[in-house]
Amino acid sequence: MLKTLLAPFRNTSGLARWILVAGLLITAVFLVFAIFAPWVAPYGFNQVSANGHPFPKMAPPSADHWLGTNDQFYDILSRVIWGARTEIVVVALSVALAVLVGVPLGLMSGFVGGWTDRTLVLLMDALYAFPSLLLAIVFAFLLQGPLGGGIVAAALALTAIYIPQYFRVVRSTTVSAREATYVEAARAIGARNGTIMGRYLFGNVIQSVPVIGTLNAADAISTLAALGFLGLGIQPTQAAEWGYDLSRALDDAAAGIWWTALWPGLAIVLLVTGLTLVGEGLNETVNPTLRKRRLRKVVMPTREPSTALARGEVEV
Amino acid sequence: MSAGSGSLPRYIGQRVLLVIPMILILVTLVFLLLRVAPGDPVTAAVGGKLDPQAIALRRHQLGLDQPLYVQYFEYLKNVVTFNFGHTISDNRPIIDVIRDNGGATLTLTLGAFIFALAIGIPLGLIAGRMRDTVPDVVIRIFGVVTYAAPIFWTGLLLVILVAPSGWPTYDIASPETKFLVHPITHVLLLDCILQGNIPATLDVLQHHLLPCLTLGLLLCGVFIRLVRVNLLQSLQGDYVEAARARGVPEKFVIRRHAFRNALVPVITVIGLQVALTMAGAVLTEKTFNWPGVGNQLVTYLDARDYNAVQGLVTFFAVVVIIVSVLVDIVNAMIDPRVRY
Amino acid sequence: MELRDEDVRPADHQAGSDGPVIDARDLRIWYGTERGAVRAVDGVSFRLRKGEILGLVGESGCGKSTLGRGLLGLLPAGAKMDGELRYKGEDLLALPPKQMFAMRGSELGMIFQEPLTRLNPLMRISQHFEETLKTHEKGISKQEMQRRALEALRVMGIPPTRYRSYPHEFSGGMRQRLMIALALVLRPSFVVADEPTTALDVLVEAQIIRILHDLRSTYETSLLLITHNLGIIAEACDRVAVMYAGEIVEIGDAREVFSNPKHPYTRELLRSTISLSTTGLNYIPGAPPDLVEPPSGCHFHPRCPDAMEVCRTTHPVMRQMPGGTRTQCWAADLANGFVDDLTEDLTTPLTREEISVADEA
Repeated sequence: MLKTLLAPFRNTSGLARWILVAGLLITAVFLVFAIFAPWVAPYGFNQVSANGHPFPKMAPPSADHWLGTNDQFYDILSRVIWGARTEIVVVALSVALAVLVGVPLGLMSGFVGGWTDRTLVLLMDALYAFPSLLLAIVFAFLLQGPLGGGIVAAALALTAIYIPQYFRVVRSTTVSAREATYVEAARAIGARNGTIMGRYLFGNVIQSVPVIGTLNAADAISTLAALGFLGLGIQPTQAAEWGYDLSRALDDAAAGIWWTALWPGLAIVLLVTGLTLVGEGLNETVNPTLRKRRLRKVVMPTREPSTALARGEVEV
Repeated sequence: MSAGSGSLPRYIGQRVLLVIPMILILVTLVFLLLRVAPGDPVTAAVGGKLDPQAIALRRHQLGLDQPLYVQYFEYLKNVVTFNFGHTISDNRPIIDVIRDNGGATLTLTLGAFIFALAIGIPLGLIAGRMRDTVPDVVIRIFGVVTYAAPIFWTGLLLVILVAPSGWPTYDIASPETKFLVHPITHVLLLDCILQGNIPATLDVLQHHLLPCLTLGLLLCGVFIRLVRVNLLQSLQGDYVEAARARGVPEKFVIRRHAFRNALVPVITVIGLQVALTMAGAVLTEKTFNWPGVGNQLVTYLDARDYNAVQGLVTFFAVVVIIVSVLVDIVNAMIDPRVRY
Repeated sequence: MELRDEDVRPADHQAGSDGPVIDARDLRIWYGTERGAVRAVDGVSFRLRKGEILGLVGESGCGKSTLGRGLLGLLPAGAKMDGELRYKGEDLLALPPKQMFAMRGSELGMIFQEPLTRLNPLMRISQHFEETLKTHEKGISKQEMQRRALEALRVMGIPPTRYRSYPHEFSGGMRQRLMIALALVLRPSFVVADEPTTALDVLVEAQIIRILHDLRSTYETSLLLITHNLGIIAEACDRVAVMYAGEIVEIGDAREVFSNPKHPYTRELLRSTISLSTTGLNYIPGAPPDLVEPPSGCHFHPRCPDAMEVCRTTHPVMRQMPGGTRTQCWAADLANGFVDDLTEDLTTPLTREEISVADEA
């Protein structure tokens, strides 16, 4: 198990390894923020005063508020740190759900074939072709009514977008693996369909999921922030969300107030980049054809002087 | 091997046929989703502003009191005739909304593509040419970051940077221009040109700079990566080696053989970016208060206007699909191998 | 007819028209990889005279393609070349890259294997020719370029009406003829043909081989014909060099080598050729050797039916056999009386077990 975890490190080298390491470091920082928010953040995410003193409105960075405060009297640094928790929780939830739904669906659809398969494929392709943000908007719009602007609603909205990706990948691997001889052999000895799917196909398929999952997570954070920016995401009273904070920074940008916009956005960029780098780095591991062949310098021993000429031996 | 002999009309026919079920599914999906939502759309949109009788009347007008399948067929019929319905909150035909605001979105996306190509292609070529050197790494990081950065953040930063200089940062034109120019084509830029109003045209172009640059930066990352990978592949191409074997100097080899062949697939990729561009346009328009259909969508979302949201989203979906079919057809025209 | 070295050892300046066009000594081309250096070419020496066709034959992966490319300086990054390579007396390995570029196309030419992908699909044939001509003769006029190109095409049997066509409008055989015309338009004195007919069908192959063979009389070109097809060698080549594991194991007059092969590998190769009189399939047991760590002593010893103990420990020396061919083989040395001081235990044949164990390695 440890060997599988460490495999990415050993299989890459040079630039690819740096990319992976950098990505992991960045992601780790945000994970720390997310998990330890209550202890790391100086204030709560919707805290507007401390020790009886109300926070100033839209104050530039200072000793009390390292990143400044925004127009809702919140401390920006705290919003950034708590925001990490929101983003990661929502995204993890939605990617997990998408995998839980998409992978079995793809497995079943690819294995069973026929009309079920064809309809599902058409449905998933249609969903996939749709601009993902618009789809998310539609779902978020719908779910906001009954579920309010909470974490669950946002997560569900995102889940729907990513199901087709897992479905497609898993299905195509299943379809090609289904015809493989080892499956035929398994059938010949009487293995049930469930066993075949579980034991033989699952392993092959599971390899590509981490790469897609990481890249999905990166995209999901972008989309969640976009939803927040549009007002369809998480309400500020429920949790801190970076996209929402950026929408509040809109009106004051022209007046030169930069700290409300810079920090939340920077957080988004860093986390998305970090996850993307991890995903790309994993991709180079899983997919060895992408690895660049390392060229080592060649050191040739000097030419040996010719041995003594024996009878009839001619130097060519 | 004879020259490509697939028939173009047959390919076009195939593509179009494939597309129809997809549009159908999407349209149905949007319809169902919005009908499935609990609560009454009209009340959500205007509740509080109208009394119950007026609400009931409005519901009847919109056909919302009829059985679901009847509504569905009405809806389909309307979509085919480009009637996307009426908004609930301000009772406008959605087609009017599209007509009045579509032009702004069109010029925004076209301008963005121009920027994306103008920035992305040269950078991609440089990165590929200087593989694994510092410029290559820097350019690739630039590509990743511009894609990761939320478009509304890039836009905001640009606004903050540029605002002190007095350059316009909001809207598509100054009020004066909007007042002076009559809508002929409903595309503001074209109308300014058609009416020969130079100051107005310049004004509109000025307003275009920041939003187009912002959206363009988002897209250029894709082109950087694509062009770079294509260049690397074509540099290893067999005809490149053959040219070297004839003594053609490296710089000509790169320019004439590798660069040109690397750019051929760019057209296809442009088509694939339409979905991304639509999403980006919505966000850009809100950031810059740009009067396009994206901004309208945002407004109607805030107003919880189901009909408007349904109509606009359907419109977007149809546009994306039509553009991708067009791009496929153009691609088939250029590259006969695609038609098999 | 083979010349003895003492007669033709070239002086430092350009030899007269009797001197060899190509004089290669101890060429080594090694690639760097993570496992170690791949010795693709490990000490190759040969000579090529004006108008002579030398065939280079061997299994896949024996290094012949690498050698062909190395002679023209077309090696990929990470490859290192060492030794002496004289073209008309001039040492190519000491040339600055720019001059090497100038020689390619005008003095040195190359004909590649797959003609389908060797031409830029976006450029017309005329543009291909113009590019080559303009590179080497700046200031050449358009009419002159067209005249030379059409002349080259005519020799290859391609009508002038096709001059402005695109590559994909030609069939495979015609494309190879185009490649040859393009490679020869500047009349290089030395041309490497790397498996020029492997990708073509048999009828077309015969035409192309005839064209290559006639180059000698048309242009007095020296040709290195790389192939794994012994039939082509027999038909078109004056001399043949047999390559194994990066070394030339036998080199000599084609007819002599084919009728009296001295090296066991050559013998096995000839035996495994299929013809109408074949009654059983012969093959050489074992797999091609690892070029990073080739077998000790003679590289062929694990698969050689005549292997002896000395073959495992000491590398054989290249000697000239009666009949004129040169080969490096202890068994051949022994059979022709060149070494009489090998002790009893050195000449014991390697047992089957040793061979099969080496086989596994």
